[in-house]
Amino acid sequence: MFELLWLIPALPFAGFLFLVLAGGLPRSAVAAIGCASVGLSASIALLICHQFLSSPPPGDFYTQTLWTWIETANFAPGIAFHLDALSLVMILVITGVGFLIHLYSAEYMEGDEGYQRFFAYLNLFVGCMLVLVLADNFVLLLLGWEGVGLCSYLLIGFWYRDPENGRAARKAFVVTRIGDTALLIGLFLLFAELGTLHIQDVLGRAGENWEPGSGIALAAALLILGGALGKSAQLPLQTWLPDAMAGPTPVSALIHAATMVTAGVYLIARTNVLFELAPAAMLTVAIIGTATLLTAGLSALAQSDIKRVLAYSTISQLGYMFLALGVGAWSAAMFHLMTHALFKALLFLAAGALILSLHHEQNMFRMGGLRKKLPVVFWTFLIGAVSLAALPLVGSGFYSKEKILWDVWISPHGGPAFWTAALLGAVITSLYTFRMVFLTFFGSAKTEVYVRPGARITTVLLILAVLSTFGGGVELPHTFGHVTFFSNFLQTAVDTEVTLPPGLDAVLWALLGIASVLVVLGAMAAWFCYVKRPELSRRIAESSPGAKVRAFLLAGWGFDRIYDHLIVNPFTFAARINRADIVDYVYAITAGTARALHVLLSETQTGRLRLYAVVLTAGTLVLLIIAFSS
Amino acid sequence: MILLLLIAIPIIGGLAAWTAARWSPTAPRWIALGATAIPLVLALSLWGQGSASGGQWIATFDVPWIPAAGIDFHLAIDGLSLLLVLLTYLLGVLSVAVSWNSNENRPGFFFFNLLLILGGTTGVFIALDLFLFFFFWELMVLPMYFLIGIWGHENRNYAAIKFFLFTQASGLLLLIAILGLHFAHFAETGIHTFRYEDLLGTSFPPSLGMGLMLGFFIAFAVKLPAFPFHTWLADAHTEAPTAGSVILAGLLLKTGGYGLLRFVVPIFPEASAVFAPVAMTLGAIGILYGAKLAFAQSDLKRLVAYTSVSHMGFVLIGVFAWNTWAIQGVIVQMIAHGLSTGALFIIAGGIQDRLHTRDMNRMGGFWPHAPRMAALALFFAMASLGLPGLGNFVGEFLVLIGTFQKSIAVAVFATVGIVGATVYSLWIIQRVFHGEAGEATRIADLSVRETVVLSVLVVGLLGLGLYPRSVLQMSEPVASVLQAGAPSEPGVPGEARSDFRFHTFSPTAVHLQHSPPDVPVSIHAEKPVAAGFSASFSSAESDSTVTSGPQSKTHVPFIFP
Repeated sequence: MFELLWLIPALPFAGFLFLVLAGGLPRSAVAAIGCASVGLSASIALLICHQFLSSPPPGDFYTQTLWTWIETANFAPGIAFHLDALSLVMILVITGVGFLIHLYSAEYMEGDEGYQRFFAYLNLFVGCMLVLVLADNFVLLLLGWEGVGLCSYLLIGFWYRDPENGRAARKAFVVTRIGDTALLIGLFLLFAELGTLHIQDVLGRAGENWEPGSGIALAAALLILGGALGKSAQLPLQTWLPDAMAGPTPVSALIHAATMVTAGVYLIARTNVLFELAPAAMLTVAIIGTATLLTAGLSALAQSDIKRVLAYSTISQLGYMFLALGVGAWSAAMFHLMTHALFKALLFLAAGALILSLHHEQNMFRMGGLRKKLPVVFWTFLIGAVSLAALPLVGSGFYSKEKILWDVWISPHGGPAFWTAALLGAVITSLYTFRMVFLTFFGSAKTEVYVRPGARITTVLLILAVLSTFGGGVELPHTFGHVTFFSNFLQTAVDTEVTLPPGLDAVLWALLGIASVLVVLGAMAAWFCYVKRPELSRRIAESSPGAKVRAFLLAGWGFDRIYDHLIVNPFTFAARINRADIVDYVYAITAGTARALHVLLSETQTGRLRLYAVVLTAGTLVLLIIAFSS
Repeated sequence: MILLLLIAIPIIGGLAAWTAARWSPTAPRWIALGATAIPLVLALSLWGQGSASGGQWIATFDVPWIPAAGIDFHLAIDGLSLLLVLLTYLLGVLSVAVSWNSNENRPGFFFFNLLLILGGTTGVFIALDLFLFFFFWELMVLPMYFLIGIWGHENRNYAAIKFFLFTQASGLLLLIAILGLHFAHFAETGIHTFRYEDLLGTSFPPSLGMGLMLGFFIAFAVKLPAFPFHTWLADAHTEAPTAGSVILAGLLLKTGGYGLLRFVVPIFPEASAVFAPVAMTLGAIGILYGAKLAFAQSDLKRLVAYTSVSHMGFVLIGVFAWNTWAIQGVIVQMIAHGLSTGALFIIAGGIQDRLHTRDMNRMGGFWPHAPRMAALALFFAMASLGLPGLGNFVGEFLVLIGTFQKSIAVAVFATVGIVGATVYSLWIIQRVFHGEAGEATRIADLSVRETVVLSVLVVGLLGLGLYPRSVLQMSEPVASVLQAGAPSEPGVPGEARSDFRFHTFSPTAVHLQHSPPDVPVSIHAEKPVAAGFSASFSSAESDSTVTSGPQSKTHVPFIFP
């Protein structure tokens, strides 16, 4: 069964190739190919998962080499896959959520002229993402990594007629590539030091050769972190993600919520040994995660575009994952990655259904009262929102977020300070989530509903609603239920784990209680501000300091302006003034001088014999004087 | 014999095409197609033999030419030369296909010039006598001058003369350097010779070595082109007809890279080692500066032209990093750049044929009208920005991995250049294919002929990107022999020399040619040589002491800055 592994990425690639090469297929065929390729790989992934759980391969991993890729002088990365618990979780998420979103897109994109192009890109994306998580060496990982970046670029700019979309797409590609530069340099460093780029060998040799806390480990970890920050939209490279919402909504759900943006989390979890060797890098990850989850959460509070709320919320939830990684809670990070993929995809898709029904209206302040008109969308959106806000007991988000919270508390790398910040973030999450729910579905109706979602969209929403409610069941808290299926499983791939010291049950109960109460209070505050007394929130937003704060948060803390002034403008200015290449002037001056001399010399050729005679005599005299005077 | 044919067929074909034009206007292009396709097949037939015979040289051709001056008509082909000759004729066939209909104006003379350039380029890649090398080097220039000057665009005269002056000035330097090398060798041994293998072991006083090395270096750096000698390139590329741009970017630039690999570092190891920091700095500047200039252009061909400056910067730093990864990367990068930039010029030329403009301000929104062109342009733009899975990535990655071991700073700056490549590549797509339809609203999509031509290049880049092994295996022995710095006589197996692949440029390596063939070469390698090349560079770059590759160890001492 495991030998079918290569088919999982190969099938979406085959779908992509077919869609690119066969021009002008009917829409039904396009949708069938697009969905079937991913659906088949999802089925194979499930089969392999079943086999992996029932009879694990020796050493709890399976590798498959297709061919040696680049081979020269001791450097021989292969087109080779490494399947272990970590990559298994990722491929299940990617193919599962990917398949559902393909199905959803078949209806969502129905009226679009670029139907075939859309599915080709989407298939290519799924293929690249699978290569990314299955790669057994960093070079192949980079292939997937850049491949998903390309697809993200293509899909953000899918509606290419609007130059704004093109700008957003380029921004996403360039900003993530800035992070990739760090990652590349990190890989060169790893190869120079350890002589391999095979991931497991790198981790093994680093563990043997590098002292914990050594400068080299720190450098390697920080450089890899640079790549992860770009891809996962963490401070200070987060600015591209809100703009990436220019793409079609299924793209936002698949690439910019469920899968691609989690690649950074995966990368750090994959290279956890390097980070364990560099405590300072771990601390950096935790601090960046905390700062990101707070700033992005506050920004989400100020948005009026429903997709931008979700985008900032994604950045913020990724911040939670980074915080978990930073305190060494690898499985908590991966758990949240999984549940977040489910409920955030659900939220995006439900929002997409809304947007479609309202003829591409995305402003929440022009929605309202949709609870009655679009009941399925409302209920599924609410289920997603409950998970995102981590309301107690219901929804998978509660379990994964609580796991992060108490791992942060008990981890030697974490502590109460990080815990408090994360708790504050949870309250903010609850606030902006229910602000979104109340603005869209409650109050008075402001826009007419034009179309209602059809069968495919509804089915996908319902499946995701079920998954995001019960998906948390794979891991239940120590204090009740005590299911550790997920973390035990992940333990086979990611060694170290935050261990629970005995006798902390009372503390954990208390932490759980505090968090639950505060989150519920946050939701109630949102209800008070946007349903009970809507004029209150309006008055705050319109007051002079309130408006300033709102503008600041709306613009994402002014990062774009800083980068424009520091990087973009100087670069375009330098490009503009030196369009004609200043170096060429050196040669132009040489040529000009030669010509000028030529003109001067030819001036002497007057053709007048008397002048020649005078010059000749004068010259002879000068020479004679020189000769005699010496 | 086959080597002679590789050069003779295009030259004879060129003369035939010129003559045949009197009788039929369509005959020249068929002759040209034959005169490029046959050598391509001949060169391919050498491929299989490469791995069979163990030595460096797959085939040789050696007859005396001017014995009194020690000049021989000496041709030899090894993996490096073979790859570049294959590239030459592949792009040759495609250039003929691209100019199939576009030259009503004196087609015979056009194809004569085209074929003469191909013959000259091939000669450059396989000549092993430096005098003969110089002869072919000059043979490439004049027909290219005509190609630009007669069939070029608006500003063709300026561009053609600029091209001619730059290459002639650098050619003069090359000639002086070759003669200097010849006499230095004569002074040392009393033998008049221009033979590459004989000249390899010449030793010089440091200042003379540096002077001669600079002569070679500047000549090749102008062709490459390296910053600050790059300014001829933008004009020449922009004004040349499509086939001319393809050959300029795809082949003529490669002769510069080839010269650096084959002559500069192997003949002048000590001087090159001293000069390496300067050369690598110039390479890094070229990468960044070229990318910035490319981004600033609104003329599509000019933009693509400047990307060559950026990409060839990788060749320059790779050559002077001089370890197996970097050399292999340089070779892959040269081939991949030939394919990807050639393709971009074909697309730019196709747009110009349709719209009669290269100004991107008048383009935009072509995607719906020309989806095939747009998709292919996107593919080649991605190759240009170094997307993994396509050829350029393999080249750049290997160069950077090799460079990092020599100089962290240069590798870091060069890596930043990849962001620059992203910016300009995406800019092409945005300005030409995305956005609202511009002034020129309708544009015809690629014809079948154009699609076939570009598809060949797509396959080439994908093959190079996903299965570069066949190319790397072809060039790996060459990479070792070049680094050994010692000559391997044609026909003498050179496999023993792979032992000291990383102990490059030890002064003792020069003595190898005097040692009896049965003495194990590794004895020399084990000497505690101050690893000439690497050591002297590291001392210049005090922050890094990484001197040898990971092959000889599992852990390299690393002093972190």
